[in-house]
Amino acid sequence: MPATLKLRDKVYEVPAGMTVRDALIRLAIEPESVLPTRDGQLITDDRHLQEGEVIRLVAVISGGAQDTDGARPRGPR
Amino acid sequence: MKCRSCGQTAAINMRHHKLALCREHYLEWIPEQTERFLHKYEMFSRDDRILVAVSGGKDSLALWDVLTRLGYSADGLYIGLGIDGGIGYSAESQRLAQAFADAHQLRLHVVDVAEIEGATIPDAAQLTHRGRDKPCSVCGLTKRHVMNRVARDGGYDVLATGHNLDDEAATLFGNTLSWSTGYLARQGPVLPAMAGGLARKVKPFCRFYERETAAYALLREIDYIYDECPFAVGATSIEHKETLNRLEAARPGAKLAFYLSFLEAKRNGAFPMEVREAPDGLQPCPRCGQPTSAPDACAFCRTWDKVRARRAAAQQPAAG
Repeated sequence: MPATLKLRDKVYEVPAGMTVRDALIRLAIEPESVLPTRDGQLITDDRHLQEGEVIRLVAVISGGAQDTDGARPRGPR
Repeated sequence: MKCRSCGQTAAINMRHHKLALCREHYLEWIPEQTERFLHKYEMFSRDDRILVAVSGGKDSLALWDVLTRLGYSADGLYIGLGIDGGIGYSAESQRLAQAFADAHQLRLHVVDVAEIEGATIPDAAQLTHRGRDKPCSVCGLTKRHVMNRVARDGGYDVLATGHNLDDEAATLFGNTLSWSTGYLARQGPVLPAMAGGLARKVKPFCRFYERETAAYALLREIDYIYDECPFAVGATSIEHKETLNRLEAARPGAKLAFYLSFLEAKRNGAFPMEVREAPDGLQPCPRCGQPTSAPDACAFCRTWDKVRARRAAAQQPAAG
């Protein structure tokens, strides 16, 4: 039984036994851009995925202009 | 992975610091580090009145939370931009900012742009054609003006924003790609106050990775707006963040080293302030009084004059 990773409205299945980090790399998700959680608790990405486990990935990148000091505008905050 | 402080299961691992911490010790570490940065960059003291620009997002709410926990006197400023994007983006972010203020008995100033200037940010962008299909340019211009006005009128000593290291590194990366030396000269943890009324601006979170501020918000159970601004999709700053994250994955600490080595180069005189950007190159705008390098009205006043004029023209019945 695979493990499940959820990121926003996307659902991925990966084989149990691999680490969260390896799963992210396999799915081409930058590990720096997400925080893995299980049952609402933050976990580190060296954790091995268990069969049937569901990991919710919290996206951390927010975008846009951080331009309060006059840095070049790039998008909203 | 175990917490370095207590040996319990870690909640977060910071590869660039070779440091893993449990929830309890992480929630101590972030305020300790913030205090360290406040001192290192001489941002403000406990006697200062601080205005925190609060968007309802993770960074600004986390910053307000940390400053309050550290005992600083910090009020919030929320700017209503009138962005809907099909998700009620501004309404929801205001609700979350207000809920945080209420729960912590903090004072939140709310400025609604449409109420004061006569149009929402997306409408203003459309009327002026400023920024092509995105309102980010009008948005940034307006936020800067409002923040400065509220800080000045409210007698605040300093304006604090929630910029994190990823924001700073992405801005630095973009300005380096185009060698925008004027912008590079002004980037840093502190932008000093300028004669004529430009408030002192500080970024106490400028050395925290975005992951770290998000982890803090999650562990503190701060309810923040998770949805991205609808206009941020495809923003160049996000592309730059993704690029830098790929670099970071291969070489932990790359983003921090990029930013810190820039600050060091700046200290060593690599990016002197351009003459037109210097304090003595500014004069008060005859309309609003805020300092500007323009010969007459500032960019904010000119832009919003245009918005109001075009809106009035559009509302007039067709002749004949």
